[in-house]
Amino acid sequence: MTNLADKDVPPIVQMSGITIKFPGVLALDNVDFSLRPGEVHSLMGENGAGKSTLIKALTGVYSIDSGTIVVGGSARAFGTTADAQAAGISTVYQEVNLCANLSVGENVMLGHEPHGRFGVDWKRTHSEAARYLASLGLGIDTRSLLESHSIAIQQLIAISRAMVLDAKVLILDEPTSSLDRGEVEQLFGIIRKLRDSGVAILFVSHFLDQVYEISDRITVLRNGQLVGAHKAEDLPRDQLVTQMIGRELDDLKSLSQASARVIDRSGEPVLRASGVGRRGVVEPGDLAVFHGEVVGMAGLLGSGRTEMVRLFYGADKADSGTIHVGGKAVKMVAPRHAIDHGIAFSSEDRRAEGIVADLTVAENIVLGIQARRGWLRKVSAVEEAAVVSEYMEALGVRPADPTMLAGNLSGGNQQKVLLARWLATSPELLILDEPTRGIDVGAKADIQRKVAELSEAGLSVIFISSELEEVLRLAQRVVVMRDRKNIGELESRDLDLDGLIDYIAHRGEGSVSR
Amino acid sequence: MMKLVRHRLFWPLMALLALLAVNIVANPGFGRITVRDGHMYGALVDILRQSAPLMLVALGMTLVIATRGIDLSVGAIMAVSGAVALTIIDSSDHPGAMSTVLVAIIVAVLVSLVLGAWNGFLVSVLGIQPIVATLVLMLAGRGVALLITGGRITTVNSDPYKFVASGYVFLIPFAFIIALAAIAVIALLERRTALGVLTEAVGINPEASRLAGVRSRGIVWGAYIASGVMSGIAGVMYASNIMAADANAAGYLIELYAILAVVLGGTSLMGGKFSIAGTVIGVFTVQTLGSTILFLGVPSAQSPVFFAVVVILVVLVQSSRVHRWGKSVSQRMRSGPKTPAEGAKEVAA
Repeated sequence: MTNLADKDVPPIVQMSGITIKFPGVLALDNVDFSLRPGEVHSLMGENGAGKSTLIKALTGVYSIDSGTIVVGGSARAFGTTADAQAAGISTVYQEVNLCANLSVGENVMLGHEPHGRFGVDWKRTHSEAARYLASLGLGIDTRSLLESHSIAIQQLIAISRAMVLDAKVLILDEPTSSLDRGEVEQLFGIIRKLRDSGVAILFVSHFLDQVYEISDRITVLRNGQLVGAHKAEDLPRDQLVTQMIGRELDDLKSLSQASARVIDRSGEPVLRASGVGRRGVVEPGDLAVFHGEVVGMAGLLGSGRTEMVRLFYGADKADSGTIHVGGKAVKMVAPRHAIDHGIAFSSEDRRAEGIVADLTVAENIVLGIQARRGWLRKVSAVEEAAVVSEYMEALGVRPADPTMLAGNLSGGNQQKVLLARWLATSPELLILDEPTRGIDVGAKADIQRKVAELSEAGLSVIFISSELEEVLRLAQRVVVMRDRKNIGELESRDLDLDGLIDYIAHRGEGSVSR
Repeated sequence: MMKLVRHRLFWPLMALLALLAVNIVANPGFGRITVRDGHMYGALVDILRQSAPLMLVALGMTLVIATRGIDLSVGAIMAVSGAVALTIIDSSDHPGAMSTVLVAIIVAVLVSLVLGAWNGFLVSVLGIQPIVATLVLMLAGRGVALLITGGRITTVNSDPYKFVASGYVFLIPFAFIIALAAIAVIALLERRTALGVLTEAVGINPEASRLAGVRSRGIVWGAYIASGVMSGIAGVMYASNIMAADANAAGYLIELYAILAVVLGGTSLMGGKFSIAGTVIGVFTVQTLGSTILFLGVPSAQSPVFFAVVVILVVLVQSSRVHRWGKSVSQRMRSGPKTPAEGAKEVAA
């Protein structure tokens, strides 16, 4: 793509023979990786393949057991992240690592504020921050609080902070997982700008489209080992997927019949919500979910999908409408009311609202059953072992070690643990909010397969996903949300991807041209 | 061997043993235990007996800290509890009767339970930050105690009441038996039921726990109630030791010693994982340190400084960062001088 990315440019980062051992696991096994100035280099692999570990080795979070890291021509061993930053390596993580309660300007310039005679010169701090932001095409009030901006903007602010640090290497770890299409475009524009100015960019994302759109080169890891490094144009997409998971992905195709399954909607629905809403959050809407049915919820980010299902679960209180479970009107003001009625909810925010990081995998899995029983009746060790091994096996949690801390698992495996927690409570209705976000292809397939399987066996599911292919593959019926409002329901049978996108974008606006 | 060193209680225990060793070296009489008139005597026995109030308070504090909270009002609750107990005994016609003493103790502990419930209400229902919520009672509690005693130091003469702090059962100080019972009750309650793991879940991630259906409000509330009850028993014990209700001296600064004991025992102030055994070790460490000051004859004017220095040493011994640093230094010493680049690599490794 760019001349800079050609072979004759010496790499700014050269990692050779990197090996990192964790207790009982070889996280990285003799991996080589090089990054050249002026290229966007994607690091691909399933969860647990070693991407994050490699990044953390480069940024000084983990120390390496063997191998060498050469940055800018000299061998380095970063003891701390500050060392790595001083060497020109900046990282923007999936979860923004800035200070939410400081102003934008303070965040951008933190630690590099210009000083005047009386300490920090705040006026100049803000004007310089504004200059950095403007160079990325961001016209933000630098005195506004960071937390008043969307995650997308916060991410761009984090990037401008990297520029203040004069980064030669910019690492973007899943920067797009919570951005909408327009925001991704804006981000990519900035990435290209930085690339053309000679910054080396290491990009990690689970969205294959985006990887191909932005990358010059792609390096693939699997199980802690290097599979290969390729120019993006030399690596067809199906080959990339095969390299990542090491097996063909045919089994997903068989799932496409799941959405064609005929649902008997004559009986009493498992859940019937009428006029359920909450002022200022989501407008009142209706929804019925029948026995064994998967109802997909589609819509853009912020369209009110999450807000709506949180009301069904009692995670937030509805201020209008009624909810019937199995034909009986029920009060839903706390999650445990929903749980008592056989409803389970897995939040889109795995880390903040799902996993209890410092508890073991086993404790996380039985937490749902335990909470339902109350503290007096402890799940016995024998029962715990049985439940845990049953679900870890059924869902393929890796590593298969129930005594490991859940926080140390990769995202996909954490999601499986959460699924296990809820399935262990044998719910009648399972609400899954973005269960496949930010996880690898293999785990995605595992989770979708499980949902199809369980719903066929009679479980009702509300399935929310930004990946519309998933929704269309699994759901027999799709509810479309827009602008915090339920705008309609569609049968999957007479629906294809383009039709659904068109509906989300244009329904009710008169213009159906696309 | 490495497994032993990695155990979370290894370093807390080492710190305690080191402290005991210092005492025995300084004064070989420290370790001696003698039996006279059906009582055990000796410095170690004194430590066991005197540690009982701190043990009770620290046990309650452990549960509160596990929920991400803190209870600053424990000392004030001790004062109220002692005041209630002694006022009842004092106003009774039969201060020496067993029934009077039992009623006094039960009422004092019940009042403490109510005060703990008040703290828990502020924190778990009204959502007030724990340090602020319990500060209210910390400041007001001693005033309440003074109101109960009418502004004076109530003293009584009651043999059954004196027994609580000074009695012996089967050679062992009764106060320590109460502490042992409290350890057993709390440990069984937390680990034999699911209370412990649910408390940890709430402390680690309150929102995830709520969405998983955990009744986190009840669990947090319960922790403050437990802390109140424990402080109440400690207050009864303190008043029994001096046979007086001194609203200003009872449990003075004990909240800080209790927090110190919990932290020395390896429970993080960030909440979550907690260790009852760790707290027990922490309490003995704090109490032994107090005795050490007496044993070594540190002048009372310098004793706070001495205390602080030893606490810093104990905390350093337990710090994982210091362990890493020590390891790299000892490696470098063993393999001789090196170039700076190689040295840097070792630090990283």
